[in-house]
Amino acid sequence: MAVIDLANPSRFLALVTRVLPWLAALTIALFAIGLVRAMQAPDDYQQGATVKIMFLHVPAAWLSMMGWGLMSIAALGTLVWRHPLADVAGKAAAPVGAAFTFICLITGSLWGRPTWGTYWVWDARLTSVLVLLLLYLGVLALYWTAEDPGRGSRAAAVLTLVGAVNIPIIKFSVDWWNTLHQPASILRMGGSAIDPSILWPLLIMAVAFTLLFFTLHLAAMRNEILRRRVRSMRIMQAQEARA
Amino acid sequence: MNLGPHADFIVAAYAVTVFVVAGLVAWVVLDYSAQRRILGDLEERGVTRRSQRKDD
Repeated sequence: MAVIDLANPSRFLALVTRVLPWLAALTIALFAIGLVRAMQAPDDYQQGATVKIMFLHVPAAWLSMMGWGLMSIAALGTLVWRHPLADVAGKAAAPVGAAFTFICLITGSLWGRPTWGTYWVWDARLTSVLVLLLLYLGVLALYWTAEDPGRGSRAAAVLTLVGAVNIPIIKFSVDWWNTLHQPASILRMGGSAIDPSILWPLLIMAVAFTLLFFTLHLAAMRNEILRRRVRSMRIMQAQEARA
Repeated sequence: MNLGPHADFIVAAYAVTVFVVAGLVAWVVLDYSAQRRILGDLEERGVTRRSQRKDD
């Protein structure tokens, strides 16, 4: 099967049906390994055991931005090529991305209280991630409330592309402004600042969360394709009843 | 495993994550079975998509 064949929703559905159980099994296996390694990881010399929150917070933060990046590519597909599968991909990614952004904010807040002495501060990193969550909710509102799904999809795609400006702001906020949030300690020039005994469990958890994201995204895309089939069949039924 | 004096924060972070992920999984599973059921009902009533019709 050529890659271009996957642009056909029926062929895409057949592939998802085959791939999804394997992807789910691999996700569960990686989470099992990652969680065992995370629980065995040593405490941080400054933060103590609260460093264990990092194994949830950092992957969720990465995926909150990756989700928006994926939606931005899908938005281009919707607006430029008007491909229905691109719109399906964008719509299916929004709730998953919003959930990971929510996890990022809550776990960050629960990590901040014992580490910084506060649950929340309006610094550039925290505020820009909160803006990302609001953008996700805005896109979801456009998808879920538009009477005409086509217009809702185009409006959501425009908001997604406008909101993409926030992604570099989130990434570089800790460099551009003086923030309570620490600067990058993993993806940075000169290599990671984290000891391998903590870095490896973090990387395994990051891969597990990424697989979880794609498993949920593919499953949500399959549901959205089926939902559109239901809609078109109901329209056909109504037209036949009228005729 | 000793989670130290801030165990409540660590447990709460893991509990929230498990709750949200479980919610996402339940949403995709229940939505899938709902869409399959509706499609099955429509097909039983003889409703077909335009692409399934032989004369088109």
